[in-house]
Amino acid sequence: MSYDLTLRIWRGDASGGDFVDYTVPAEDGEVVLDAVHRVQANLAGDMAVRWNCKAGKCGSCSAEVNGRPRLMCLARLSTFPRDEAIVLTPLRTFPVVRDLVTDVSFNYRKAELVPAFEPTAEQPVAPFRMAQVDVERSQEFRKCIECWICQDVCHVIRDHEDNKPAFSGPRFFIRYAELDMHPNDARDRKRLVQEERGLGMCNITKCCTEVCPEGIKITDNGIIPMKERVVDVKYDPLVRFLSRRRRGA
Amino acid sequence: MSAVVLTAFVVYATVAAFWNADYYYRPYISPFYSPCLVAGCHLSAESYTSGRVNVPHLTVLGYWWVISPAILILVFPLGFRLTCYYYRRTYYRAFWRSPPACAVAEPHGSYSGETRFPLILQNVHRYFFYAGLVFNAILTYDAVVAFRNHAGQWGHVGLGTFVLVVNALLLWMYSLGCHSCRHIVGGRLKHFSRHPVRFRMWGLVSKLNARHMQFAWASLIWVALTDLYVRLAASGTIHGGWV
Repeated sequence: MSYDLTLRIWRGDASGGDFVDYTVPAEDGEVVLDAVHRVQANLAGDMAVRWNCKAGKCGSCSAEVNGRPRLMCLARLSTFPRDEAIVLTPLRTFPVVRDLVTDVSFNYRKAELVPAFEPTAEQPVAPFRMAQVDVERSQEFRKCIECWICQDVCHVIRDHEDNKPAFSGPRFFIRYAELDMHPNDARDRKRLVQEERGLGMCNITKCCTEVCPEGIKITDNGIIPMKERVVDVKYDPLVRFLSRRRRGA
Repeated sequence: MSAVVLTAFVVYATVAAFWNADYYYRPYISPFYSPCLVAGCHLSAESYTSGRVNVPHLTVLGYWWVISPAILILVFPLGFRLTCYYYRRTYYRAFWRSPPACAVAEPHGSYSGETRFPLILQNVHRYFFYAGLVFNAILTYDAVVAFRNHAGQWGHVGLGTFVLVVNALLLWMYSLGCHSCRHIVGGRLKHFSRHPVRFRMWGLVSKLNARHMQFAWASLIWVALTDLYVRLAASGTIHGGWV
């Protein structure tokens, strides 16, 4: 059944902006992105919004819907009260380009800093043979669609711009975890991720996990295991002693 | 809500720890006072039925230790919970407001996370986990002993037996689902396939770990209730064969 939906969308650019209300017809079963497209097609042809697949797989249409970072294509209108405006703002952690589009290049700079996969001497060239249980472990992290919502919600950089140079963010911590758990990767990134990528800044408040549209257990399966691995090499004298003995044996 | 429950527990535990009486009603001993490591335990624990009672204790410290023996015990479970990854999430949000909630601005001007003293000490969590296992074993022993009656004969099952058994079970579920435990049993491996036993154990711990929050709250509340129950029995507030 059709009804009139009001979207309160932030319009502006890096120099500033304000909220503008748009009322468009909406249907049961639609998502926020459908309504945004209707606004763009009928009321605000110059409104900038990034989108691609409309299926929660490309990670393009990230925005803050009523203050919560999420994909607009997965935000069902039926979950919002019909008599209240839905407020849309760009991702707060990244600089605004225009309207709902932000400059997320911070993330690509952090991606460049991740040391690449380095095969072990045991299997130096592809194809690598891996047992299914070992594949499945890191497969969870490979579901990441790089929508940057976890990066946006992380208070370490969301509320503290000055931490950006020293902090890679949850998306990349699971990338480090994925590589560190890979049975055929020889490179040790534990000290690097702690000392230069800011893993220690994470205080595991799990917001990244709460907002992940792919349902990746970022904190429990990625960040905390990585913190524990860092403890092994930096803070646990017993493990370090036993590791030295094992290597010496 | 989390802040209210945690504050209530801290207030209750502090009062109970310094009360230094009514913590033993044969054979039940409060988890806050077990094991009793002070020679003077029997001087402070009194029972309404038998007057002064000889609390089972290990004399690590002599009669010179005059403050509550619970202080010696509680530092370990307190440290375990204080450095627990789940509780960290909870109290950083509830008390330190860092952040107050997801996507809600935090009130602090600067932030360094767990990179500096004192929060860098959170990394000792696994050592508190090891200590916690020792206390779990002792509290399990206390639960087994609770199958004796007030006169020391086996075969008794009172409400107190149930309370102590559930307490031990919940503490095991909470401890074994700990993130450090998950790492130690198998999480640190690169090859699950080469360590099938540890992989199996990691899978079991992971199941508990998925319920870590629930066990954290349940065990926290139940351990306080267990202390309260023993306290009520020892003070004579509740009495009868069912106790």
